Amino acid sequence: MAQFDLNDDGVVVIVGSGAGGGTLGNELAQRGIKVVILEAGARNEIPDFINDEWESFAQLAWTDMRTTGGTFRLARDFPNLPAWIVKSVGGTTTHWAGASLRFQAHEFKVRSTYGELAGANLLDWPLTLAELEPWYDRAESKMGVTGTHGIPRLPGNNNFKVMAAGAAKLGYREVHTGNMAINSRPRDGRGSCQQIGFCFQGCKSGAKWSTLYTEIPKGEETGRLEVRPNAMVARIEHDDAGKVTGVLYVDEGGRMQRQRARVVAVAGNSLESPRLLLNSASSKFPDGLANSSGQVGRNYMRHTTATVYAAFERPVHMFRGTTMAGIIRDESKNDPSRGFVGGYEMETLSLGLPFMAAFVNPGAWGRDYASILDDYANLAGMWIVGEDMPQADNRITLDPHEKDRNGLPVAHVAFSDHPNDVAMREHGFRQGSAVYEAVGATRVIRTPPYPSTHNLGTNRMSERPRDGVVNRFGQTHDIPNLFVSDGSQFTSGAGCNPTLTIVALAMRQAEHIAERMGRREI
Amino acid sequence: MRVIDKRARLGRRLFLRSAATAVPATALATAGIDAPAEAANAEVLKPDTMATLVRMSRDLYPHDRLATRYYIKACATFDEKAAADATVRAMLDEGAATLDAASQARFRRAYRDVPQETDRVALLEGIRETPFLNKVRSDLVVSLYNQPDLWQRFGYEGSSFEHGGYINRGFDDIDWLPQS
Ligand SMILES: Cc1cc2nc3c(=O)[nH]c(=O)nc-3n(C[C@H](O)[C@H](O)[C@H](O)COP(=O)(O)OP(=O)(O)OC[C@H]3O[C@@H](n4cnc5c(N)ncnc54)[C@H](O)[C@@H]3O)c2cc1C
Ligand code: SF4
Repeated sequence: MAQFDLNDDGVVVIVGSGAGGGTLGNELAQRGIKVVILEAGARNEIPDFINDEWESFAQLAWTDMRTTGGTFRLARDFPNLPAWIVKSVGGTTTHWAGASLRFQAHEFKVRSTYGELAGANLLDWPLTLAELEPWYDRAESKMGVTGTHGIPRLPGNNNFKVMAAGAAKLGYREVHTGNMAINSRPRDGRGSCQQIGFCFQGCKSGAKWSTLYTEIPKGEETGRLEVRPNAMVARIEHDDAGKVTGVLYVDEGGRMQRQRARVVAVAGNSLESPRLLLNSASSKFPDGLANSSGQVGRNYMRHTTATVYAAFERPVHMFRGTTMAGIIRDESKNDPSRGFVGGYEMETLSLGLPFMAAFVNPGAWGRDYASILDDYANLAGMWIVGEDMPQADNRITLDPHEKDRNGLPVAHVAFSDHPNDVAMREHGFRQGSAVYEAVGATRVIRTPPYPSTHNLGTNRMSERPRDGVVNRFGQTHDIPNLFVSDGSQFTSGAGCNPTLTIVALAMRQAEHIAERMGRREI
Repeated sequence: MRVIDKRARLGRRLFLRSAATAVPATALATAGIDAPAEAANAEVLKPDTMATLVRMSRDLYPHDRLATRYYIKACATFDEKAAADATVRAMLDEGAATLDAASQARFRRAYRDVPQETDRVALLEGIRETPFLNKVRSDLVVSLYNQPDLWQRFGYEGSSFEHGGYINRGFDDIDWLPQS
């Protein structure tokens, strides 16, 4: 395994080891480039994963302080937990469920397709579906996505069967067990899904793709990738010419270290990436790095989400088997006649009893609430995930008061729904309820959004430097050797889960960085 | 399909926090009799506070199938937190006393002695937005439902990988759906 010197200024430093960072690190190492990944979290491997929701959360989730604002309900229910994301090697790909969908063509052209929408800061991507298609193809192959490359789909569990039966009654057509980055048969040195049902807690069979046990060890095998866990990057440094020179990070022992770098790529997820750029403000860049547009931290998106749970006369046991292998795709089209632009997916979802208690209706108590849990074994559940509108004032800023243990201002997350988001959620609630009522649901429960699992858009891509933070390759408009490599690059969120797109963009970015380094342009 | 037996398993060893309470409560439970709220052990909080919290915990999260010992166990967290933090201790002792005072004024008896659940719930409604109620509610939603001992009572099976997942244990065994 590689070990690079702190003064080695030939390395690419990547901040974060999740979907974006872990993939980029391996892809660069495969191309002969020296890489240091600095990861704030510890290295927990498959045997360390725990089939227990709260224990696993304590082990893997990012629980350092964050604050909230805006009118979204999370600010009231979970004021210090706006997002459910991971701080561990592998990032949120340890927790993720594996749903891997491509954007549709119009979802790259949102401003042209949806037009001017009051309050929305819509912008077309400087990229088309046609350009990304070959990379989607490679990403699907890398991740072993079911329903692509001849990989069979997963078998449907009880929760899926209930949803599919309801969908058939309503006349929905595109209903199946999804495109999942979960092995339905052994592949790439990993076994197949054992229907364990704890996909959100780290897959103990390794069937689900995670950078932790795919990209990262593969990169390490080249001898050119070093992953340093428990390394929290505090600041990105630059020279007088305005090029970045390395990063300051707090190591395992709490000591500040300086790692020099030829290129820095930020992949800390959409809350931490803008926070790091803002915390790196200097006399040359008083508003933070790469922020000449003022867009760093803005246009924060979290998808329009909601969950429908339904109780039945007889048991379902929704918690058995793959958490999210089930989808209805018919509502993902853009059909403004429904009263909103953009579309959404309906995907199976289940929580164990402990998380169900905490999230089904946060803050509620009494008999009405308790009776939902009494019915736990008889519940089915689906998640609605749809496109939300980017808004300039939905944003990450530095909290003026709260600091982390290293004395750095924490991320303040402000979010309010756009009227389009509200209309879409209402539609999703109605359709989801109808699906279950068609097969005899005796009660339907509308659960509000969970702490955000999809965090996007806070360093968005744009054609023109004044509209966004990075260009079509994730390179910052302001600083040629500074890149953004995670979901914060997204110009818009699309109506589907984001990780396949994050991985495809990281693979494409790796080729771009390698070529430009080869030509000595960076 | 493989269904889960939600009945209480009597005679199982109970895990109450201190030996002092564990003995009588266990003895009662094995005899098929539940422990009263007053059986909750308090080392730091006032005994009255603790008994009030146990009554509150059932009123907040009423599951008639659950014996009081589960609520007693869930409330042990309050004594631990009070021991670690004097402001929590004061908040809980004062909150319980205030609730009792309101109950005395309205029903001429302590909150936990008010016989009708609807009356006790009305008292809780009266303190809905207080930091005291919010603290009790939000701590309990974890400490009550996060007891592996009671998961089976709700039909939840807990950790599964050591049993080989559900691939051969009913992940797709639903048998009552209408044929489409
Ligand atoms: C429960 C759950 C289910 C999900 N299911 C799906 C799904 O089915 N499909 C899908 O597409 N997506 C899903 N997601 C979302 C998906 O996991 C994320 O979109 C994806 O992992 C984001 O990738 P990322 O590279 O942006 O960040 P992450 O994967 O979150 O990685 C960021 C890493 O950077 C580290 N970091 C942050 N700041 C610093 C710093 N200053 N210094 C050093 N390290 C730092 C963090 O500790 C973290 O490990 C799910 C998420 C959750 C929580
Ligand atoms: S259900 Fe499948 S993917 Fe999910 S944790 Fe289990 S083995 Fe892994």
